[in-house]
Amino acid sequence: MKILYFAWLKEKTSLAEEDLSLPCGVSTVAGLMEYLKNRGGGFADAFADSTLVRVAVNMEHVQTSHPLNNADEVAFFPPVTGG
Amino acid sequence: MIRIQTKDFDAGAEIKNLVSGKGNIGGVCSFIGLVRDFSASEQSGEKITAMTLEHYPAMTEKQLEKIETQAQERWGSIETLIIHRVGRLEPTAQIVLVAVAAAHRDVAFEAARFIMDILKTEAPFWKKEEGPTTSKWVEAKASDIAKAGLWEKK
Repeated sequence: MKILYFAWLKEKTSLAEEDLSLPCGVSTVAGLMEYLKNRGGGFADAFADSTLVRVAVNMEHVQTSHPLNNADEVAFFPPVTGG
Repeated sequence: MIRIQTKDFDAGAEIKNLVSGKGNIGGVCSFIGLVRDFSASEQSGEKITAMTLEHYPAMTEKQLEKIETQAQERWGSIETLIIHRVGRLEPTAQIVLVAVAAAHRDVAFEAARFIMDILKTEAPFWKKEEGPTTSKWVEAKASDIAKAGLWEKK
């Protein structure tokens, strides 16, 4: 799957996007966030407080309980501030 | 119609184009958002020298189209236009234009407000403010989430 990071999540992870195979045992957005946080460093910092992170799967806003599969495009970002 | 662009827009020309040749339109309501010279965070109110808008291009398009569709489903026969700029903008610059043309004014006012309220919470844009010494990401406001939520009950 493809993972995208925006705004301060991009800055903290030092990554705009990456390709990742769904890690073993991960089946939801919450599971993926835990996996990414466990990478440590900037990822641990970015995902330290999961209540500050919003998620889209295939460009639709979802809750962290949303299921994932390998063909998904997952994006992590702060609450939006356009307009 | 939606457009995401770095360049400025001419609201007058855009509105003229929106209603051109449409005899069923009785009024247009438009909203233009501008860059302020003070911070969005209520406590600080610090001077800002510029603002950079980042977005998630494909999702932005998808979400703005969805908002237009929802407005059209809700109010029927209306013409809508959303233009949103991205990139670095300085105080007084135009950020966003929302225009709704309808047969009667009530629909135009309501639908324009609906589009702005939902855009504020659903469209994936993020603002970073630059001050004289530091820069920081703007935090979302609870009042914006509350305003968008009000439309769910109606």
